[in-house]
Amino acid sequence: MEIKEGYFYSKEHEWVKIEGNTAKVGISDYAQHKLGDITFVDLPKTGKEVKQFALLTGIESVKAASDIFSPVSGKVTAVNSALEGAPEMVNKSPFEDGWIARLDITNPSETSNLMDAAAYKVYLDSLEG
Amino acid sequence: MSKFTPHTEDEIKQMLSDIGVKSVAALFSDIPADLKPKSFNLPAGMAEYEAFGKLNGLSAANKTERVLFMGGGYYDHFIPAAVDAMSSRAEFYTAYTPYQPEASQGTLQAIFEYQTMIAKLTGLDVSNASLYDGGTALYEAAAMAVRTNGRSRIIIDAGVNPIYRKILKTYVINQDIDIVEADLKDISTDREKIISLLDDRAAALILQTPNYFGIADDYTDLFKICDEKGITKISVFYPMSLGILKTPGEMGADIAVADGQSLGLPLSFGGPYLGIMAASKGYVRKMPGRIVGETLDKNGKKCYVLTLQAREQHIRREKATSNICSNQALCALRAVVYLSLLGKDGFRKISLLNLEKASYLKEKLAGFVEIKPGVTYNEFTVKLKSDAGEFVKKMEKAGFYAGIPASIYYPDKKNCLIVAVTEKRTLNEIDKFADAFKSALSQVA
Amino acid sequence: MENIFSKSVAGRTGVDAGKTDENTINKIPENLRRTVSNGLPELSELDVVRHFTGLSRENFSVDTNFYPLGSCTMKYNPKINEAVAALPGFTGLHPYTAMIDESAAQGALEVLYEISRQLCEITGMKRFTTQPYAGAHGELLGMLLTAAYHRKKGNNKKYVIVPESAHGTNPASAAAAGYSIITVKVDAEGGIDIDSLKEKMSDEVAAIMMTLPSTLGVFEKRIKEVIEIAGKHDTLMYYDGANLNAILGKLRPGDVGFDIVHINLHKTFSTPHGGGGPGSGVVGVSERLLDFLPVPVVAKDSSNRFILDYSVKNSIGQIASFFGNFGVILKAYTYILMLGREGLIDLSEKAVLNANYCMAKLKPFYDLPYDRICMHEVVFTAKRQAKNGVHATDIAKALIDRGIHPPTVYFPLVVEEAIMIEPTETESKQTIDVFIEAMKEIADTAAFEPQKIKDAPITTEISRPDETKAARDLKLTCF
Repeated sequence: MEIKEGYFYSKEHEWVKIEGNTAKVGISDYAQHKLGDITFVDLPKTGKEVKQFALLTGIESVKAASDIFSPVSGKVTAVNSALEGAPEMVNKSPFEDGWIARLDITNPSETSNLMDAAAYKVYLDSLEG
Repeated sequence: MSKFTPHTEDEIKQMLSDIGVKSVAALFSDIPADLKPKSFNLPAGMAEYEAFGKLNGLSAANKTERVLFMGGGYYDHFIPAAVDAMSSRAEFYTAYTPYQPEASQGTLQAIFEYQTMIAKLTGLDVSNASLYDGGTALYEAAAMAVRTNGRSRIIIDAGVNPIYRKILKTYVINQDIDIVEADLKDISTDREKIISLLDDRAAALILQTPNYFGIADDYTDLFKICDEKGITKISVFYPMSLGILKTPGEMGADIAVADGQSLGLPLSFGGPYLGIMAASKGYVRKMPGRIVGETLDKNGKKCYVLTLQAREQHIRREKATSNICSNQALCALRAVVYLSLLGKDGFRKISLLNLEKASYLKEKLAGFVEIKPGVTYNEFTVKLKSDAGEFVKKMEKAGFYAGIPASIYYPDKKNCLIVAVTEKRTLNEIDKFADAFKSALSQVA
Repeated sequence: MENIFSKSVAGRTGVDAGKTDENTINKIPENLRRTVSNGLPELSELDVVRHFTGLSRENFSVDTNFYPLGSCTMKYNPKINEAVAALPGFTGLHPYTAMIDESAAQGALEVLYEISRQLCEITGMKRFTTQPYAGAHGELLGMLLTAAYHRKKGNNKKYVIVPESAHGTNPASAAAAGYSIITVKVDAEGGIDIDSLKEKMSDEVAAIMMTLPSTLGVFEKRIKEVIEIAGKHDTLMYYDGANLNAILGKLRPGDVGFDIVHINLHKTFSTPHGGGGPGSGVVGVSERLLDFLPVPVVAKDSSNRFILDYSVKNSIGQIASFFGNFGVILKAYTYILMLGREGLIDLSEKAVLNANYCMAKLKPFYDLPYDRICMHEVVFTAKRQAKNGVHATDIAKALIDRGIHPPTVYFPLVVEEAIMIEPTETESKQTIDVFIEAMKEIADTAAFEPQKIKDAPITTEISRPDETKAARDLKLTCF
């Protein structure tokens, strides 16, 4: 199970990569594994504003459907439209090519409400127990 | 008493011994004594022929010998014998929902073909595998609109089947959805009224053609306005009429719903019927109910499978697009067989025949009674000089179900009678009907 | 099989619709006419009959195969039911007839009146409505009735409680009626966890939805406590009748204290499943909900004539166009008449006997999450086999190769690798023994040659479909 360093993680298995005043958001390797073959990503609309942990969008696999909550507050400025034709990218490359949205963030210190890579590993171990 | 349990005394003994209990009663020992039934006084069972005799008597107690000129959304259409023959095949009707595709390609492919024919018939992109009936399908369409654009107001023309409107009102009572009904101008759509209601609070506009009074209309203009305002366009249609009338797709509808009873289903006192839903591509993921998709098996062979199940209750639970589980699958089978038997030209012809016979009657009646003006298909409204409910009773005595008194649902239309004519009505029946009609008119109350 | 459109030949005609005058179209102005082709195929009647007959032969069905689907009650569908539903006095009866003139539909109205009486006696409820078209539809009605009851009393209710073992339609139906769901855990015995329930319970809970026996096939031992807890908060009790087959004549939900009961006529009362429907989810209510029932209700007037009664004081309206799936209701009514008191009691006894027999014979080969007397169905887990890489779905596919329809798999969600077996009462020991043998053989093969099971099915027309492709590359029509 891959856990990328330098990313922050939420309890619902979303990750965020902070790049100055913007953030990239996606779901973790654990999440894509649990969901199975992703069949559809309901990409959010650009301009959408979300608060931390509020509903960002939805994702579907053959056997499940899941809500994606935004790990940080902000405004959606870009979405990964490649996922429209190739939702499987979320399975193949959950941390890189399978990114879901980019946001302009309002409060970088919100990451204190998230887990870093080490803490997320501990969290995942506790789930599998 | 009839029994379908095959157990012999010996078998029961053996099975109890294998289980390790002394009696069948022991298997119910978890049920506390104070929870035993307070009563269970059902009559003793009957042999098959006794039960059949009783039901036969009940069947005969219904006056179905009177000739039907009554519609209101449910019609006495010709059902080819082959429809019954196919839907009576036990491999179809005693099968379960096709969750195990390798064991149910028959059902899955039949439904896939049904979906295709409905899409073609309505001029839209996709259809689901069926919903319960026209009224509940209409609710589901409204719910789809709300899910799509996040608004909460539904504008619905009062010419839409009043039963559907009642169902819609009942369903939304605990939801944040408000229904606004646009009154008719006499018995046709009031365009000014509708246009005045089309704003950015409206999630959907629902129109029906032909409407409950039989008036056929082209809603392309109203749907164009909806497009400009981001309002979902829902069209309620009558399947038989689509043999010749403009389709929901051609009018620009987003979602089309109907009751499929007219496609090979008997009247059967209200059910089972068939909820039809078709939609344009963009609405697929919001559609409720089962949907069959085509794919390949692991050896590359074409096959069919229930797809997009992530929308449904068994996966999404409270977040599902709808709570629907069982649908009307066997009824959809009847519809696809019916449409296949009639075929491209046959369906067009039978549809035209409905119009021909209705026009014949309409013209005959126009000689002595007021027919409400407007383009109609196989149903039209007659304006009597007295109460339509009373008139209908007179016609019953003459051996006809003359139509639906509009006042059942439109209290201000006491003297209006809605008359339907299908391809099944012979010219002889129609002539006799017209004579009886004339005669009943001149009878003193 | 090739799809029906590929068999179409331009110009071929099927059923004759009668002579038409093509000029009739002129009665419709051009802008109202259809201009795109209706796209229907062109086939002879024989072509159509061969096509659908051929398709039917690709199906498993109760009439051809043993179908031990847990929670579905795939019992034998008596043929007499079909004969009754085809009687012309029923098939030819327009639903509006009763609204125009009740005297013209007395036979049909009597069926509706009588089945309500039968079901009241069977379940202990006060009155039934036949409107719901299916179980889930009945659940929705139940939730609408619940909301109406609380609204009338001025209660502020936001939640509905369901056990985690509940069927997905339970929370979906409650949500459709505007409620939020609270899920309660299931205890080690497979019943609702009372401590968890007490903790989550409050005055804001509108209803608790339960299935009895539970979806795990075991009797809810602490049901009385649940009813008591609900009573303290004016919370209604909803009974999901999916498992009614286990307790006919042994327990009545109305006696126990349930307010709303839905029955799946296509499960318990032998109406056929039809490949996914039509079903019927009739709903019965307790005294305190009578005033909220949907209209019309079928009643008797002072001269014992059957009438449609619209006077239900606080009726929620209607959720079906008329009286529900009448053709389905006819079949259930006939079935109950034929079985009678003794036949119904015998039904549940044999259903429970058959399921316990399955449990005893399969125990050595599959793990049993709840090792206690089961009711009409038994839940196993494929955990043991999963250690070797063979999952519940593989076992299901292997059964298909052996001519047996698989049991329910992966439900209820509380059991990992769940395999839920419900033989029903209409199956003989012989048939069940064949099933046991097949399951034993699969278990053996799973232990020593697991790949053989993972490759199943190999004897069917098609092998495992690519469901991911089906959802990603959506193809929902032939064109």
